[in-house]
Amino acid sequence: MVVDIENLSVDYSGIKVLDSISFGIAEGDFLGIIGPNGAGKSTLFRCMLGLHTQYDGTIKFFDQDIKDSKRYLSQIGYVPQKPVVDRNFPATIREIVSMSQNSNDSKKVEESLQKVWMHELADRRIGDLSVGQQQRVFIAKALVNSPRILILDEPVIGLDIYNQDLFFQILSELNIKEKISIIWSSHDLDAVERLANKVACLNKTLFFHGISKEFFSDDEMLKKYSETSMQMHMHHH
Amino acid sequence: MTFEAVSYESIPHALVSGIAISLLCSAIGLFLVLRKFSLFGDALAHSAFGGVAFGLFIGVYPIWIACSIAILSALGLTKIRQRFDISGDAIVAILLATGLGAGVILVSLADDLDMHDIEEFLFGAVVVDTTNVLQILVMSGIILAILFFTWKKFLYSTFSEEQAKVSGISVEKLNYLLIAMSGVTVVISMQLVGVLLVSALFVIPNVSAMLYARSFKQTVILSMSFAISATVLGILMSYQFDIAQSGCIVLVAAAIFIGSLIAKSSGLVKTAGIMAKAR
Repeated sequence: MVVDIENLSVDYSGIKVLDSISFGIAEGDFLGIIGPNGAGKSTLFRCMLGLHTQYDGTIKFFDQDIKDSKRYLSQIGYVPQKPVVDRNFPATIREIVSMSQNSNDSKKVEESLQKVWMHELADRRIGDLSVGQQQRVFIAKALVNSPRILILDEPVIGLDIYNQDLFFQILSELNIKEKISIIWSSHDLDAVERLANKVACLNKTLFFHGISKEFFSDDEMLKKYSETSMQMHMHHH
Repeated sequence: MTFEAVSYESIPHALVSGIAISLLCSAIGLFLVLRKFSLFGDALAHSAFGGVAFGLFIGVYPIWIACSIAILSALGLTKIRQRFDISGDAIVAILLATGLGAGVILVSLADDLDMHDIEEFLFGAVVVDTTNVLQILVMSGIILAILFFTWKKFLYSTFSEEQAKVSGISVEKLNYLLIAMSGVTVVISMQLVGVLLVSALFVIPNVSAMLYARSFKQTVILSMSFAISATVLGILMSYQFDIAQSGCIVLVAAAIFIGSLIAKSSGLVKTAGIMAKAR
């Protein structure tokens, strides 16, 4: 297991956001985490990335508790939700990708940009790109340190269909060709069914974790998912 | 009130210290401007003024007291800001007003204070003392060296604190280091342009450079060139027309900014930002 989470619980001011979540991720897995808004997906990621440390339970990356060492972060690439980029931020795509690099290997920067088909625009200013292009730059940035795991938090929100498909194609290639494990949260069940080999269905508790095909062929499970999503939707409005 | 113009003898000292200060202010200022903290230098300078007044009041050379007070109050307020979730601009306003308020009280309490000393710190003075020039060169060298080796980390945490943290960068430590370096920079620069004008050197060359530059490296080089040009021309103007050096430096910097705006809007220069998008 590259990731092992046991009994993870988080509460904000007495309100449970995550309740005894346990699951593991094997090397090479493409895990889609699905769940409605407010299901705790972002909180789960914040805990896994060491941004939120007030939790019960244990999170292990590469068999080591993340509370003991932050070294695991060097083997993780993180792509945030839709990036908020200041349009006038004076940095080129090449500079954005290389600033997160642990070494000064410029070849690695070029390789990462090539993987997301952004190498020809490397000298453009980041603020001049479309959101879809910026999101591809963020993948290149996440790849520059040759990570073993890529974590993506609802990365395609706000992208058009063309850019979404491009994005999914890139993820699929990274998973199959480069053997990078991918943990990806999404609302888009069709995309998850198409890409992920494993699914974790989250709504404060984990009510399914297993093989993607099993989840999507189980009508009872899909019905349960759509009911809880609807309930959360009603709750939010 | 007396304003100091550059004399013939003091030109070399003024130029050497001025160029070092220009390099330093544009480098530190760029990170402050990009973090939407443009007036932070101003706030540090005003709290340093409280320190200057305190130093003069107790009869101790005030520069390093000013430096310590500026840094400590900025660090303290940063902690308070994080603890109570107060916005950055409000903290800047509190720091600015409190420092100046404390300074005014100390000045009013001291009967035998030389007002010329106070004016020098408020409006800047011509650096004539060789020891002082050496101090400026050493401090500038140390801070520029630190920035040279850490600029990637500063750029990353300026671009996105969250992503920098996820990359394992200790963002909090970097923020404290930036505050400390800004404090030292402000105190050094105060001698050249004074408390009231110090933020001009932090902000104007950088904003002018950002109008042209596409990359971070270009921005740094352009900003430093603009800052040095403003300082050198300002010092020479001060000597030529026998007028206040600090005002000359700031007005030349402002002229470069206005010239950049005109060049940009007339289409003479098409490089960065919105203009590049229009191509």
